[in-house]
Amino acid sequence: MKILVAVKRVIDYNVKVRVKADQSDVDLSNVKMALNPFCEIAVEEAVRLKEKGTAEEVVVVSIGPKACQEQIRTALALGADRGIHIETDTMPDSLAVAKLLHKVVDEEQPQLVILGKQAIDSDNNQTGQMLSALTDMPQGTFASEVQVDGDKVNVTREVDGGLQTIELTLPAIVTTDLRLNEPRYASLPNIMKAKRKPLDVKTPESLGVELGSKVSVLKVEAPAERSAGVKVADIAELVDKLKNEAKVL
Amino acid sequence: MSILVIAEHDNKELNPATLKTLTAAQAMGDDIHVLVAGEGCAAVADQVAKAAGVAKVLCADHAAYGHQLAENISALVVSLAKDYSHVVAPATTTGKNFMPRVAVLLDVAQVSDIISVESADTFRRPIYAGNAIATVKSDESIKVITVRATAFDAVAAEGGSASVDALDAVFESDKVRYVAEQVAASERPDLSSARVVISGGRGMQNGENFALLEKVADKLGAAIGASRAAVDAGFVPNDMQVGQTGKIVAPELYIAVGISGAIQHLAGMKDSKVIVAINKDEEAPIFQVADYGLVADLFDALPELENALS
Repeated sequence: MKILVAVKRVIDYNVKVRVKADQSDVDLSNVKMALNPFCEIAVEEAVRLKEKGTAEEVVVVSIGPKACQEQIRTALALGADRGIHIETDTMPDSLAVAKLLHKVVDEEQPQLVILGKQAIDSDNNQTGQMLSALTDMPQGTFASEVQVDGDKVNVTREVDGGLQTIELTLPAIVTTDLRLNEPRYASLPNIMKAKRKPLDVKTPESLGVELGSKVSVLKVEAPAERSAGVKVADIAELVDKLKNEAKVL
Repeated sequence: MSILVIAEHDNKELNPATLKTLTAAQAMGDDIHVLVAGEGCAAVADQVAKAAGVAKVLCADHAAYGHQLAENISALVVSLAKDYSHVVAPATTTGKNFMPRVAVLLDVAQVSDIISVESADTFRRPIYAGNAIATVKSDESIKVITVRATAFDAVAAEGGSASVDALDAVFESDKVRYVAEQVAASERPDLSSARVVISGGRGMQNGENFALLEKVADKLGAAIGASRAAVDAGFVPNDMQVGQTGKIVAPELYIAVGISGAIQHLAGMKDSKVIVAINKDEEAPIFQVADYGLVADLFDALPELENALS
């Protein structure tokens, strides 16, 4: 089968974000960017399915400015076979991303689409579910285990109370949670090889999707800081403070 | 226009996150209808009808909705949505699962995980794991919104007397089938809604040592959480994880034990009313957000705390 993996270029998760002085956005100038961690897990899962012989081809797609080709190359170095870059000036919202991915799904006809459950910048957690509804492919979100069996895939999902397992009929959409797998590091030979793997560039116009969002950001602020309180000497003082000062016991 | 809130429940009981979501909904408008979709969920519908500020309850009781499968629930919600200005659900794993489908099928953008309502079309929501707060305005004709329940107080669970209307529309996808559920059975309160939470980190050293936390939790009626480091180290299961990638909690009292205080953990608990940190490293960043810090070895401090609470 063919697997399509959608990946996003985001701020590196180790970087502390700062809000711009004019409160228009967070400051991303000269900040290290990386593959969104949940997307990395999605690539790893697809590559493992290929190594097991379940999948023949892994296609990776990313949407955004030209720089996100770096993240496509990262995914290719992890073992994906070819890339598709949909070039846009700015980052479209989840609704537009889902519509773009819908067009790619129509063209590529994958049996399985794997996405991260959310991007660590916008924290929306929407795209996979939206793509599922648009393509009428069933969804298994927040996956901690994926087992392909014939024309079905069993997905174990991380839900609030524990785990839920559902069976989807292929073609299907899976979004990854953290415990699905631990992504590998790309080896140097694979990084070199990735540079020669095919990468197609498309535009929203060529796919017939109009961008633009009806949700606008008015302001971005730093969260209210919590200030450090007091140090207590021992448990007796702690319990006393909790009873008599904070009144929570 | 009216507001449609989708109730979160397990077919038997209403999840308290719904009562908090109702508070958010009341800030958007006043004619509030609540959809209870489930299987054998009549008791939940009656519970919702008593909640303050609810004008009408819609109850869809059918096997197709028993496990809250996103395909079925979203199709049902979309069939109702045209009559509403807002469709609102708690940002639980259930709400997160079906709401984006509702949005895209209505061809509108969704606003996820709001923490305040500025006006009927303007909301605040955390981005970058809570390291920035965005104020966003939605010009969509129907606003599809998920609510971070811990950021809102609950409406009164009693006092209302809404009517309950039965819905017989059945939407059932043949492409998805429920197989099984492993729900962690526990006598303890639910982590997301507990009044007191006590969490352990890498400093606990292993899973067995979480018994020390349990003894204190028993005295306090507390839920037990863990940092991602403790989960990644295999001490405890992931559903105990508090943080950006786990559960977001905001109890009255949060006790962090052997937790250094990585940004990812703080994102999940920094809105707690009172924070206590117990850590032997006095430089640990957790002390920068703690109201009360105790620099001590947790293996001494926890038994002492248990005794002090007896």
